[in-house]
Amino acid sequence: MSETGHNPDPDNSTGGEIPAGPEPAFSMRGNLLHRNLLTALLLAPATMWLVVFLVLPFVAIAIFSVGERAPEGGYQAALTFAQYANLPARATAFWNTMVLAPAGALACLLVAYPVAYYLALRAPQRWRLILLALIVIPFWTSLLMRTYAWMYILGGRGIPALLAYVGIEDLRLINTPGAVLLGIVYGYLPLMILPIYVSLERLDRRLLEASADLGATPLSTFIGVTLRLSLPGVMTGFSLVMILLLGEYLIPTLLGGGKVFFIGNALVDLFLQSRNWPFGSAIAITLVLVSVVVLIVANRISTRLSGARRVDLI
Amino acid sequence: MSKSYRDGLPISPEKFVDQLMRLKRGSIGRRDFLGLTGLGVATAVMARELGIMPTPAFAAEDLGDRMSIATWPNYHDPQTFENFKAETGVAVEVNVFGSNEEMLAKLQAGGSGWSLFVPTNYTISTYKKLGIIEPLDMAKLGNFDGTKEDARFTAEGTIDGTTYAVPKNWGTTGFAVNTKKLTKPMSSWKEFWDTAMAEGDGRTMVHDYQLTTIGNALKYYGYSFNSLKQDELAKAEELLLKVKPHLFAVSSDYQPSMRSGDAWMTMCWTNDGAQLHRDIPEIAYVLGKEGGEIWTDFYAIPKDAPNKPAGYALLNYLMNPKVAVKEHLANGAPSTDARVNALLPKEVLDNPILYPAADLLKPLEFGAAATLTDPGRAELMARFKSA
Repeated sequence: MSETGHNPDPDNSTGGEIPAGPEPAFSMRGNLLHRNLLTALLLAPATMWLVVFLVLPFVAIAIFSVGERAPEGGYQAALTFAQYANLPARATAFWNTMVLAPAGALACLLVAYPVAYYLALRAPQRWRLILLALIVIPFWTSLLMRTYAWMYILGGRGIPALLAYVGIEDLRLINTPGAVLLGIVYGYLPLMILPIYVSLERLDRRLLEASADLGATPLSTFIGVTLRLSLPGVMTGFSLVMILLLGEYLIPTLLGGGKVFFIGNALVDLFLQSRNWPFGSAIAITLVLVSVVVLIVANRISTRLSGARRVDLI
Repeated sequence: MSKSYRDGLPISPEKFVDQLMRLKRGSIGRRDFLGLTGLGVATAVMARELGIMPTPAFAAEDLGDRMSIATWPNYHDPQTFENFKAETGVAVEVNVFGSNEEMLAKLQAGGSGWSLFVPTNYTISTYKKLGIIEPLDMAKLGNFDGTKEDARFTAEGTIDGTTYAVPKNWGTTGFAVNTKKLTKPMSSWKEFWDTAMAEGDGRTMVHDYQLTTIGNALKYYGYSFNSLKQDELAKAEELLLKVKPHLFAVSSDYQPSMRSGDAWMTMCWTNDGAQLHRDIPEIAYVLGKEGGEIWTDFYAIPKDAPNKPAGYALLNYLMNPKVAVKEHLANGAPSTDARVNALLPKEVLDNPILYPAADLLKPLEFGAAATLTDPGRAELMARFKSA
C-alpha cells in the first residue's frame, strides 16, 4: 500500500482502527472485572442481534446445505457434500450474475457520476436540496412498483406503440438483457449517486484552484484531483450496488421475462419450485462467500486507489 | 395502432387503491401484484351486472374479519369476494401463484396463512400424504352436492372415502395464438414448438411450471405428458434448451403480454384462453392434437389454516350455484357442477374453448401425482430456466 504517495488526509492515514483497550493488570482485577462486566452488558444487545439475525440463520443454512432433498421435497438430515458437488449445474446462472452484476454496477456508475458531479460542484446551492430530494423520493416507492411501471413503458403499449406511429413496427424492448440492464440502472441509481455526491461535496475546492494555478488542464484536474478524491465514494457505491445485484431476483424476472437468469432466481426456484432446500442452501452459502470476497477485493482496491485512505464500505 | 392505451387499463382508480390497501395489509409479493392487476381485468369485464347474492345460512361461528386464499392468476370474479365481505364482514386476501409446486413449497414451509387454497387434481394425494390438508367437514358445506358433480372430474378430491377437496372447475391446457401475427393454422404441439423457433421467434411464452412446460415438450415426441422416463425427459430437455433462446418469457402470467401484443403465442389454460378470446377475438385457443393436460382445480383447506371457520364459510359460499355461476362467467373455465351448468347461458355451454370436441379431449391426460415430487422433472425445469 502506497503510504508515501500524495495524501490529502494525513490524520486518517493510520487506518483508523479502533484502539485496543489497556492490557489487563492483575492488581486491578476487581475493578477490571467490573469493567469487563459492564462492557459485556453494553455489548450484549448488539451481540444478541448479530447472533439471532446473522449467525443462527447462517448456521441453519450451513446445516441444510449438507443435507438431502426429502422425497416430497424440502430437507432431510444427512451429511453429504453432494450439493456442493452439484454447483456446476448452476454455472450459467453464476456466470450471468458475475458478468451482469459488475456490468450493471458499471453502467450505474457511468450514469450516476455526472449527476453526482453536477449536484455537488455545479448545481446552484438553492436547487441542490430539491434536486437531491428528486433523486431520493422515487426510492420511497417499492422497487416492485417501479419495475412494474417499466414493464408497461417497455411493453407493447409503451415505447413500441409510440414508435409504431413513426413506422417502426413490432419492435420488442421488454424481456431483453437491455431491459434488465435498464431496470438495474434505474433501480439502483440513488445508491450510486449518494455516496459519490457525498465524497465530491466534501472535496476541498482549493485543491481544484491549486491544480489550475499549477497549469493543469481541466481534464487533468478532473482525472488527477476530482476523480481521484471521489474514488472512495465511487467504490462505496460500486460495492453497494454490486453486492445487491449479486442477490437480485426481481428485475430479471419482471424485465427479463424469467429468461435472463441470475443466481438469485436460481435460489428462489430451488426453494419455491424444485423444493430442493439443501441445494438452495449450498448455493446461498456460496453466494455469501462470493459476496464477502467481492467486498474484500473492493475494499483493497479502493484503499490502494485513494492513497491508503481507509474506506468503510457499508 | 387503432387502440388507445387505455384499453390495457381496465382498473378504476378506486379499485386500484382498494387493492393496493389490501396488498398493504397482507404479504406483498410479485405475484400478488400480478394477480391482483390480472383480477382487475376480470373486474372490468364482469362489473356490469353483478348484484348482491342471496345470503346462505352461516353457522353461528366467529368468522373473524379477514382470511387469505391462495389461487391462480385471473381466476376469480373479484366481486365474489366483495360480496362475501359484505355478507360476513370477512375481507379476503388473494394470493396468486404460478405453479402447484410453489403452493406446495409454501405449505411445506408452514405458516402460509391461507384458510383456503386451490390445488390441482394431481397434487391432492401428496398433500394428504404429507398431512398438510384438512379432511373436510361436509356438514359445514351444505351448499355442496356431490351427486350433482361430474364424477370424471371430482374423483381425486376423495381419498379412501374421506373428502379432502371439492372441485372448483375443470379445464384443459393448450396454447393461445394471436392469429393476426401468426397466420398459419396450427393444431399440434409439434407446430407450437416449431413455430416458437421460426415465425414466433421472440414472441412465444411457456409456463413457469414443470408439469405443463415439460409435459407439452414431451408431446412433441408423442411421449406421455406425465413421463418420468429418463430417456424421454432427456429428449424433452433437449427441445426445451433449443427453444429457450427463442422464447419471449417463461411465465405463468401470460395474459398481460398477450393483451399488449408483446407475445403472440403462449401455453394457455382454458380459462385464460376463454378470457383472451372474449376480449380479443383474434386470439385463438388451440388444443394440441397429440394430447396434453386435462385438469380439475379443487378447493382445499390447509391443516394449519389460521381462520378455518372463515375458510369453510367462503368455501360453502363458493359452492352456492348462484355464486359459482358468476365465477364461471368471469373466469371462463367449465364447471363440474350440473346445478351451475343449468344456470349458464347457452353461448357459454356452446363455447368450443370450454367444451372441446370429444376427439380433442380423448388424448388428454390428467397430471400424475408423481410428477409433482419427482426430483428429475424439478431439476430439469430448473436447468431449463437457468440455461
